[in-house]
Formats: sequence, C-alpha cells, structure tokens
Amino acid sequence: MNAARLRFVRTPTGLVGSLLLAAVVAVALLGPLFAPYAPDEPVGVPFSGPAEGTPFGTDFLGRDVLSRVLWGGRSVLALAGLATLLAYAGGIAIGLAAGYSRSLLDPVLMRAADVMLSFPALLFLLVLVTGAGTSKAVLVIGVALVQMPLIARIVRAATLEQSVRGFVEAAVARGERTSAILRREILPNIAGPIAADVGLRFTYAIILVASVNFLGLGLQPPAADWALIISENRSGLTLNPYVILVPAALISLLTISVNLVGDAIARSLGISTARRRLVR
Amino acid sequence: MTAPLLRVERLRVELGSGEPIVEDVSLELRAGEVLGLVGESGSGKTTTALALLGFARRGVEITAGSVEVAGEPLTGRGESAVRALRGRIVSYVAQDPGLALNPALRVEALVGDLVKAHGKARDGGVITRALASVHLPADRPFVRRYPHQLSGGQQQRVAIAAALVCEPRLVVLDEPTTGLDVVTQARILEEIDRLRRERGVAVVYVSHDLAVVGSLADRIAVMYAGRVVEEGPAAALLARPRHPYTRGLLGSVPDPGQPRRLESIPGVAVGVGERPEGCAFAPRCLQRTDERALREMPPLEDVGGGHRVRCFEWALTPRLTLQEPAVPPGLEPKGPLLVVEGLRAEHGGRHDLVVAVQDVSFAVVTGECLAIVGESGSGKTTLARCIVGLHSPAAGRVVLDGAALAPRAARRSREERRRVQIVFQNPNDSLNPRHRVGDAIARPARVLRDLSARDAAAETARLLERVRLPARIAERYPGELSGGERQRVAIARALAARPDLVVCDEVTSALDVSVQAAVLELLAELRAELRLALLFITHDLGVVASIGDRVLVVEDGVVCDDGPVPALLQTPEHEYTRRLVEAAPRLPRVTELA
Repeated sequence: MNAARLRFVRTPTGLVGSLLLAAVVAVALLGPLFAPYAPDEPVGVPFSGPAEGTPFGTDFLGRDVLSRVLWGGRSVLALAGLATLLAYAGGIAIGLAAGYSRSLLDPVLMRAADVMLSFPALLFLLVLVTGAGTSKAVLVIGVALVQMPLIARIVRAATLEQSVRGFVEAAVARGERTSAILRREILPNIAGPIAADVGLRFTYAIILVASVNFLGLGLQPPAADWALIISENRSGLTLNPYVILVPAALISLLTISVNLVGDAIARSLGISTARRRLVR
Repeated sequence: MTAPLLRVERLRVELGSGEPIVEDVSLELRAGEVLGLVGESGSGKTTTALALLGFARRGVEITAGSVEVAGEPLTGRGESAVRALRGRIVSYVAQDPGLALNPALRVEALVGDLVKAHGKARDGGVITRALASVHLPADRPFVRRYPHQLSGGQQQRVAIAAALVCEPRLVVLDEPTTGLDVVTQARILEEIDRLRRERGVAVVYVSHDLAVVGSLADRIAVMYAGRVVEEGPAAALLARPRHPYTRGLLGSVPDPGQPRRLESIPGVAVGVGERPEGCAFAPRCLQRTDERALREMPPLEDVGGGHRVRCFEWALTPRLTLQEPAVPPGLEPKGPLLVVEGLRAEHGGRHDLVVAVQDVSFAVVTGECLAIVGESGSGKTTLARCIVGLHSPAAGRVVLDGAALAPRAARRSREERRRVQIVFQNPNDSLNPRHRVGDAIARPARVLRDLSARDAAAETARLLERVRLPARIAERYPGELSGGERQRVAIARALAARPDLVVCDEVTSALDVSVQAAVLELLAELRAELRLALLFITHDLGVVASIGDRVLVVEDGVVCDDGPVPALLQTPEHEYTRRLVEAAPRLPRVTELA
C-alpha cells in the first residue's frame, strides 16, 4: 500500500491534482481568515466592477465579492463531502452484503436500489426537500441517498468477482467471521474500482448540492455559498462578470482536482498488481 | 539429402525497449519431420513460434536474423507479402482453441475462410477433406456448429483442420494439447503423427512437456532464457542430455510407468529483462567449475550426430540415473485419520442439477499419501471442497478421527478446522494480492492456534525456512513472487495450522515441470518429517507415480479403481485406469537407461 501511495504522488496527474485540490480546499477552509469584510456587509454600489479594496467588485446587494467567495467554500465542501462520505459508507455496506450473501438479501437489496435509481436525481431531491424542509441535514442525506444505489451496484459486482477466489475460500475454510472476510480479504481488493470513481461521485455531489442551492431550495440567503452566489447574481453577469466567474472557476477547479486525484489513486492501485503482467 | 524446408538463422526478437526475448536462434527442419521446441514459461518459445510465421506480437519486433520456409523468406518483407504466405505455406495453431476460434463463426467458416482468403474456390470438398484429415465428420449438422458446441478436443481438431486446409508445408503448433485431458491429448498426438507421415508436412511442436514432445518429435530444441541451449535428434538428446538444464528438465519429468524420485533444478528461471551476462543458466548450474560461464556466452557446440549444445563443460554432464522413490514412512496400524463415507455432492438448483460426486468412500491413515486421479469434470475438486467444508454434500459424511464433521467449515470446531488444511490449484488466486506473504502465513497460526503476533511471526520465519524460501520474502506481496514461490507460500500457510491432513488440489498443474518437481520434492519431505497425511488430487498419473502410496481412480463422480501405486500403474486391470495409463505420455528412452 505504501508503495502505491508513493507512486500516486509521483504521477503527474496525482501531483497536479493534489496541489490543485490542496489550494482550493485551503481557500475554502482558511478563506474566512483572510476575508477583508464580513460576508453580509454592504461596502458599495451593487454590481460595481473591480476597485480599490474590492478586487472582484461587488454583488447585487453591494457586498464584497472576494469576501463572499472566501466565506462561501466551506458549505460546498462540507455538504458535498459529507454527502459523498455517507453515500460511500452506505453503498459499500450494502454492496458487500449483497455481493457476498448467497441468500435472498442480495435480490432484495438490489431491487430496492433499482427502485431508487428509477427516480431522476434532482426530482427526488426536490421532493425530499419540499417534504422534509430545507435543512442541511436533509440536503446531505438526500444527496447521499441518490448516490448510494450506484455505489452499491459497483461494490456488489466487484465483491461477487472476489468472493469466489481462492483466498476467500481459504478464509472460509479457516472459519473466519464474515465481517473479517469482508474487511480483510475482499475490501482491499475492490478498493481500486471503488476509488476509481470517488472523484466522479464527489463531483456529482457538488453539482447536486450546487443545483439545489441554485434553485433556492438548499441554503438560504444571506448565507455565502459559491453556488448560491452564482444564482443570486446571474442578472448582473454583464455588469460585473467576476461575481459569476470567480465562484464558478472555484467550483470547476474543485471538481477537476478531485477527479485528477481519483484517477491517479485508481491508476496507482491498479499498477501495483498489474505491473508484472506489463513486463511480460 | 533434401534441402531443409524450414531454415531459421540467428533470429533475434526484442521488446520495444530493446530487451531481447529471443536471441541467436538458428534451426533447420526437413519435410515430414517434427521439431519439438521445449522450454518453460518465459523461455521465449511462443515468441519463437510466432516468428516462424514472420509475426511478432504488439510491442515486440523481429530485429535480426531470417526465417525461410520452402525457399520463401518470411522476414524482411512487407506485411502484405508475408500475409499471403501465412496459411498457404506455413500455418499456426494457438494454445487455447477455446480462445483462438472466433466464437461467432461456424465450423465451415472457421475452416473455409482461409481458403477464400487465399483466392481459391471455397467448395465443400476442401472443407470436407480438411475435416476428414483430423477425423472429424463433415456432415451438415457438424459444420453448422459454433465452437462452444464442440468439446475441447474437437475444438483443437477444428483449429488444426483450419491450419491444414490450404495444405501448408509447415505447421506450427503452440502447446496444442495443454488443457486437454490425457486421452484426448493422446488422440491429437496420433493425428499429428499421421499427418506428417501421410502428407509430409513439417511440424514445429511447441511444448513445456518433454514427455509429450519425446513421444512425437524427430528433433528437439530446448530453449532457456531466449536461446536454444541444446538441439539434436530426439533419441540422442533424451538418452544422453548434454546440457545441465536439459538433464535437469528430464530429471523433473514424472513418469507413470516408472515411479522414481524426481530431481528438481535449484533456483528460479530468469525472466525477460533479468538475464545475466554470460550463460543464463550459470547461476543455477551445479556443474559449473570456473567463472567463465558467468562472463561469456558459450557457443552452440557440435557434439556429433547433429547434436549441438550451448555449454562450455558439456562433457561433464553426468548421465541421468533413476533413483528409487523415497521409502514411505511406516504407517501406524491405528484407525484411519479421515474417512469419507458414501459422499454425494451436487451443483446448481432444482432445474439445472449436476451431480459432481455420486458415491465416494475411502479412508486415509496418518502419514499416508492417497492420490485421487480423474479427468476434468470427474468431481475431484468438489470432493476436496466437501472435505474442507466449502461445499455441503448432498449425502454421506466426512469423519475425522471417529467424529463426523459438520458439512460447513463455519460449523466445525476450531480444532477440526485446524487439523484439515487445503492447498489450492492456482497460487495466484489462493493468496490475497493485498496481503504480505508474512501476514498470509501468520493468519492461520493466529486464528486456528491462537498464537500471539510475535509467536506467529516466529512461526512464519520457521515455516518459510521449511519450504525453502528466504526469510525476507515475508515482507513481499504475492505479485512479486514467481509461481513456484507462491505455491510454496500457500503450502507454508497450510502448515501454519499444524494440520494432520493436507488436501492438495492439483497443486502442481499451474507450474512448470522443473518447479513441479521441486514442489513435489518438498511435499514428500514435509510428509516424512511432520507425519502428515496427504490427499493428493491430480489428473497427472506421472505425479501420482512420484508421490502417492495409494491411488483412487475417479470417473464421473464414482470410484472405479483403487490400489497401491506401483501395482496399479504398472499392471492396470480396470478398463478406465488402463486407458488413462496408456494415454499418459512417458519418456521411453529414459527408462531404457536404468
């Protein structure tokens, strides 16, 4: 594992991806410390361009764009990150259980996942938010629920493939507990395919969170949030483009860097087992 | 003397990186002759075989030397010019017909398309004749079949028919019988022998199995690390091998007709990119007397009678002598260790029920090696899985020391699980690629014997030594080891439980012959030292001869014959056993020596 980790940093995608990701995360987490103004403090005329003290101009209420952007990354990162974590926790558990069990559990879990998949993601979220209220917890759980079935399917397929292998049989013959077999024998071997689309899932979570916020059903004004900032100020795009471009660029950088890192992790995990085959 | 049909001169094939795979290979072959090209994995034999068609795999290139078949050069010309010759004067049969035959084409297309490609009329007669030449029917229902509707033997015959349909002068067969059972293998070999006699086709037969090649070839070329190390008339080469590697290979081949102790070659075969300077075999060579072979590549030297050897000290190579098999340890007259009674095992559900094991009963005594022999599909692996608790039998029971075992491993006591261990066929699959070797071996000791982490680590070190692996291997992952090393690790893992009985399910069938000999040697030794009982499941009668005390022959899930090893193999009485014994390839010339 250590060797794989080293190789991951050495690949160009891994290096560029992790530097970019670190930069965006730093902006999101540490930004408020450097913000010149409070996020909800009017400092000038609405939609004025860059000026002394307000390098990216002001928004539709005359608040400093730089300050709002520096404040606005935390919620995106936290909501999308938590939702992704939750989705993986649930998806991996469901997928392992379904893939390893030879009982009715498998079809029951998978048909439930199919039902979930048949709802369009955004529609499901909107119904949920409308029904359960616009709290952050509901948003996180909703985004996680949307992602979970897809993750569970991938994990199940990978688990099925591993569970007939000799080392799993050897563990069964040793009388190992099911939980130990799943954790020790199967999980490390399916980490590759799982890691391969963490980037994609996280990106999707960001998009979902941002979409709900943009539609006004997630975080409510005056909260500072990159997606919400874009939504609030879209009428002023021609007056002060920075108010849209800066948060949009940050969201893009976040998703791109997460994807690069995900790719690099998957590749380094894959190479550690396929290396010998390449030499032949 | 007629001019040779195949002439290969100083052939060199390289990887894109410039690493040679095949170096300085020169061969000649006349019409109607069979050349056996022998080597273990990584020796470059398949690369050489493909180069005989002027072909190199992606990322690989023929960089020097020439190949000429029937006066037509196949190297140094444009791809389209060479393609016109393939199939017409030289053709190729790949190792696995299940993969080599396009599953979307019917037999008639598989055989007939080559005729069309060479611009001849594709009349039914050509296909009929080609199929008839390999003893296949050419009636309409048969030629309309797809490859998956044929048996393994039929698939290989179709592949050979397709290779013969344009009446080439040379056929290159790459391991054509690997993966087929012995009876089918014997038939295919007969077919090839007849074709070269009746049609005068020259055959290059690539194989890792000296016994198979020995029964067919006129000449044999032995490859090691990309070079021919010995080449000559089959009889002379087998009777008096001059290269220490050839001698080592011959000493490794188990012979069902002649139970004897196998001698393995020390060390590990070198792969592409790790070949040493000088003679590639020198680091493993027991008869090397000076340092010259470590610096200089010995030339192929003629030792008379067209027999060439690449060794400075070929004159020192001792004759191959046969050693009596190790005397089995005296068996205690105690009650049996393991008894299997009326075992029946099934696969599948209500609608697609397959009975793998119908009714099998036997007993194993402490310290005994009972071999179970059968062809693929005879139910022997299912039997092994029932014994270790991976498959629930439909009827019958497994009794250990007088107490019946639960069908599932999870229901057995820890002590019961500890006493019966299994080693699987494929070590690539049975070791978790994400666990270090040391952890893999320590696990059974911790789980089944409750050792502390420190004691388990000490036990791991002892076991690695016992299976003759260096201690540093404990830190490695299985992917960094060779196949033979992995199987030793798997054996060490089974031993970590201090078992009384080890079930060995085809443990050597994924290994090269010399590695197989080393693993069999190790098992025999462990058995004597640890008073282990072995249940040795295999399809290879030669392996049985070298390790088994008693043998059980299984056909279609029923025991059809059993008895002590030498008697049963030398004078088989049951009809099925006799068929197996007769079909098994053997080295007649070696036995004459003793």
